[in-house]
Amino acid sequence: MTSSLIEARGLTRSFGSVQAVRGLDLDVATGELVAFLGPNGAGKSTSLRMLTTLLAPTSGSATVAGCDIATDPAGVRRRIGYVGQGNGAGHTQRVADELVSQGRAYGLRRREARDRAAELMSALELDALAGRKVQTLSGGQRRRLDVALGLVHRPGLLFLDEPSTGLDPQSRANLWEHVLRLRAEHGMTVFLTTHYLDEADTMAERVMVMDHGRVIADDTADRLKSKHVGERIVVRAAGRDGAARLAAAVATEASDVAVDGRTLTARVENGPATLPALLRAVPDVAVETAEVRRATLDDVFLALTGRSLRDTGSAEPTTETTGA
Amino acid sequence: MSVRTFTTDTSIVLERELRPVTRDPFSVVFSMIQPLIFLGLFTPLLAGVTGASTGASLQAFVPGILVMSCLVGTSMTGSNLQMEMKSGSHERLLVSPLGRPAQLVGRALKEIVPVLVQALIIVAVTLPFGFRVAPAGLLVGLVLLAVTAVGLGSLSYSLALAVREQEWAFWGVQQTLLFPLLLLAGVLLPLESGPGWMRAAASVNPLHYLVDAERALFSGDVASTTVAAGLGAAVATAVLGVWVGTRAMARAS
Repeated sequence: MTSSLIEARGLTRSFGSVQAVRGLDLDVATGELVAFLGPNGAGKSTSLRMLTTLLAPTSGSATVAGCDIATDPAGVRRRIGYVGQGNGAGHTQRVADELVSQGRAYGLRRREARDRAAELMSALELDALAGRKVQTLSGGQRRRLDVALGLVHRPGLLFLDEPSTGLDPQSRANLWEHVLRLRAEHGMTVFLTTHYLDEADTMAERVMVMDHGRVIADDTADRLKSKHVGERIVVRAAGRDGAARLAAAVATEASDVAVDGRTLTARVENGPATLPALLRAVPDVAVETAEVRRATLDDVFLALTGRSLRDTGSAEPTTETTGA
Repeated sequence: MSVRTFTTDTSIVLERELRPVTRDPFSVVFSMIQPLIFLGLFTPLLAGVTGASTGASLQAFVPGILVMSCLVGTSMTGSNLQMEMKSGSHERLLVSPLGRPAQLVGRALKEIVPVLVQALIIVAVTLPFGFRVAPAGLLVGLVLLAVTAVGLGSLSYSLALAVREQEWAFWGVQQTLLFPLLLLAGVLLPLESGPGWMRAAASVNPLHYLVDAERALFSGDVASTTVAAGLGAAVATAVLGVWVGTRAMARAS
């Protein structure tokens, strides 16, 4: 056993001439909640599919839950839970049946599998749907069933591939409530991929930003923001030369000072302290509006790549349909 | 993987596959409609052309219809897997500890159930119209159909795994192969009156041997070379299908 629950070294995957993942190095400790954040096509899912033994790496190696993905894929499969991008339950199957089959697949006896199915249905508010065909469930219900399927064998490590894509905001919040509660109850390590900024920001304790098949940043969301973007103050002056005078006054404490017409933007260490001090320093400049802008993970992505995640059209949860 | 794991895993997959069938038995009955239409509309024509009685026509045609319903049903089954590939449930099972060969074999074994149910229904509805069958022959005939169903189902799953989620490719290949296989099996009309090249093509079609064997079996001719050839064809189909299918499933991602 290694000290890390997930340890990857130089993991690479090519599809023809396209390198989807380029030399991924990764260490995830027990108990972490980690997210891969990046635009579609960044290599998030391909990385996850390699770590979960669905896809053989072109080169490199990885140990997941103590088992080598290349030499002991069966060991990895027994120890991990996996919730893929699609819906894990067969459309013509019934909710309880599918949970029982899954329990049997993970080695539970018939009786145990039935008990475990009942337990999970109650934990994920699926009791009332036990006899329903999967194709009649709503998107949120199906996703909860997917999570239940992934937890049948009480895995210590759960992979979630874009868990909330296509869900409405209420269903997303509900799904996360369940995942976080189950994680707290069982001390589960959770590894997810997402292209939703706020999901990575609010849910993950550690964010790995992926772009073009590489991890380009790896830290907590807060540290990523302060390291790569910082806070900005934005002040709009009433008069013509006000912004320039504000810029001169803040210059010693700020970096990236920009004046655009009557608006000053400056990157500072501590916005809430710097902004009032600046306004006091030049009391005769009339100010219309003044605000502190905290960085978002999109700002981080922009600072790192020169592109916005929003430009990929995938950064915000909308009513888009689930990608198959 | 041990033999015990394989059989346990196969039974888990088989049980899962059978659940929708047992929960909705009508799905099997609905897929009966096509062979029954053929029976109802083709038998009178056959009787008219040959001048034979309805009973005699059925005697020639029912074995063919059984093979036809076996081929039609099992060749379509890959589309169920395609649906599972599309939805994500196939992927979920691939990540599970269920052995890959078991995931193919369990699915293929399930094909036996609808094929046998359909065969028994067809025999039952034709008995009042003068169709006669030897019980021992029927029993062996059903075994041959079951073995063939496993092979053909496996091949259909292999096709689905090969073309992945491209439904048009699956149906294109399935439809292209379906009718030549049927016609060259002598299901509708006997091939003896066909040209030499056709008989040559039929001689490499395992379903041709199967149809001949079923005809011999139903008329009570159990221990014959025709039946042995049919058995050989059925087993060869099953071995080929399972071999191709397990390889495809092992590589599935």
